[in-house]
Amino acid sequence: MKRELTLTINGQPYTGVVEPRRLLVHFIREEAGLTGTHVGCDTTSCGACTVLLDGRPVKSCTLFAVQAEGHAVTTVEGLAREGELHPLQQAFWEQHGLQCGYCTPGMLMTGAALLERRPDPGEEEIRRAISGNLCRCTGYQNIVRAIQEAARAMRGAAEPVSAGQGAAGAASAARGGMVP
Amino acid sequence: MIPAAFDYAAPGSLPEAVELLRRHGEEAKVIAGGQSLIPAMRFRLARPGVLVDIQRIPGLDFLAEEEGVLRIGPLVRHAEMEASPLIRDRYPLLAETASVVADPLVRNLGTVAGSLVHADPAGDWGAALLAARARVVLTGPGGERELALEDFLVDTFTTAISPDEILTEIRVPAPAPRSGGAYLKIERKVGDFATAAVGVQVAFDADGRCTAAGVGLCAVGPTSLRAREAEAFLAGKRFEPEVLERAGELAAAASSPVADTRGSEAYKRDMVRILTVRALARAAERALAA
Repeated sequence: MKRELTLTINGQPYTGVVEPRRLLVHFIREEAGLTGTHVGCDTTSCGACTVLLDGRPVKSCTLFAVQAEGHAVTTVEGLAREGELHPLQQAFWEQHGLQCGYCTPGMLMTGAALLERRPDPGEEEIRRAISGNLCRCTGYQNIVRAIQEAARAMRGAAEPVSAGQGAAGAASAARGGMVP
Repeated sequence: MIPAAFDYAAPGSLPEAVELLRRHGEEAKVIAGGQSLIPAMRFRLARPGVLVDIQRIPGLDFLAEEEGVLRIGPLVRHAEMEASPLIRDRYPLLAETASVVADPLVRNLGTVAGSLVHADPAGDWGAALLAARARVVLTGPGGERELALEDFLVDTFTTAISPDEILTEIRVPAPAPRSGGAYLKIERKVGDFATAAVGVQVAFDADGRCTAAGVGLCAVGPTSLRAREAEAFLAGKRFEPEVLERAGELAAAASSPVADTRGSEAYKRDMVRILTVRALARAAERALAA
C-alpha cells in the first residue's frame, strides 16, 4: 500500500507517494529528481549512494524512504552554496581526487561529515572514515590529499583572516562553517 | 534489486509494537537499523509481509551502567558504542568490537541488538558478547523474559526469539576489578565478513591468577561459539606464554570452520589459535595495568 511521506532534502521539504519498499536512494533520485546521488553496487558495499541523514553519513540504498520520514537528508547537491563549491569539492578538483567520478558524491558526503566532526583529522583517521566508500580508479591517494587540503582550507577559514591571506582566504572564510 | 512489497508500521510504543507482532505472527519482522534485514530483503532471502519499525519508539536508545550491569537498549547503534566514553573506558572488548563491525557507514545505522537477532555466525557482536557473558531481555505479549546469550543463539540465522517478541535489552556484567578484554579480527577488507575473529574477557585475583575467562569465536561455526574448554583451562592460572598457547589450541579445537574464499578450514582454525593467544595477552595486559 502506498503512503504519502515528507522528508527534508538539502533544507527543502519533498513529499512523495511511495510504496514502503521504496529505497531512500530511489526516492532521492526519482521523486526528488536529485540525481547526484549514485546507485552503485546495490548491495550495501560501495558507498556511492552515501547521503547524510541528520548529519551522519549512511548508505541510502540500505534505508527505506519511509524510515527517513520527517528526517533531514543532505545530498551532494546540498554542498555548494550560491554557486560556490564547498571547500571539499574545490579540493577534490584541485587535488584530482577523482577519475571516473562515480564514487565522488559518496566520498564527498563522507568527507564532509568527517570534517564537520573532526576539523583536523590525521591520514589514518581519514582512511578509516572513507573505508565504507569504494573507489576503483584513484587508489585513494588523491582522495585522502583532497580531504586533507579541504581540512586545511576550512580551518584557515574558521580562523581570523590575516592580511597576507587576501581575497582567497576571505572567499573560503565565506564558505567555511556551512557544511550541512 | 528491489525488495518484495510489504506493509509498514511505525508504532509509537513498545506495547503497540508487540501487539502488531502478535497480530501478524510469522509474517512480520522488526526493523531497527535495517543493515542486515534490508540486504536480505533485496536478495529476497527475506520476504516479510509486514515491517514493524521500532525506530520511532522513544526511550529505546539507552546505554548506561546501573547496579553492576551495562544496559544496552535495542536502538543503540554500532557507532554509538564506538563513540561512547563509558564503553571506551570500561569495556575495551566492546569498544574494539564496535570499531570493526562492517564499515563506518553501516555502523551509523545498524544496531547491536539487531545484529544479535540476525544471528549471523560471522556477526561480531555474538562472539564478543558471549565472551562478555551477556544476557538478553525479550519482550512479548506475556511480558519480559531473560536468557543467557548462548541460549538465545540457536543456529545459523536462528535464535530463541518468538515471532511476537522484541529484543529490548542486552545486559552485560560490569567489569570486576583487575579485568580486561579484547577483540581481534582478520578480514580481507573493511566491510567483508570476518575470516575469523576472537573476543575475550578475563579477570584476575590480586596474585595475578585468572578468576574468570570468556572466549567467543566469530565466523568459525554454525553460530557464534564459546570456547568452553579454553575458558575452563584458564581458570586459576597465571597467563604464562605456555598457558596462552594451550588456550589457543583449545579454542582452535572448539571451532568448526568451513573452507571458503577467505581461507581453508586449517587456516581458519589456526587463525583462531593465534587470535586467541594475542587477544588473551592484550586483555591480560589491560587487566593488570592498573
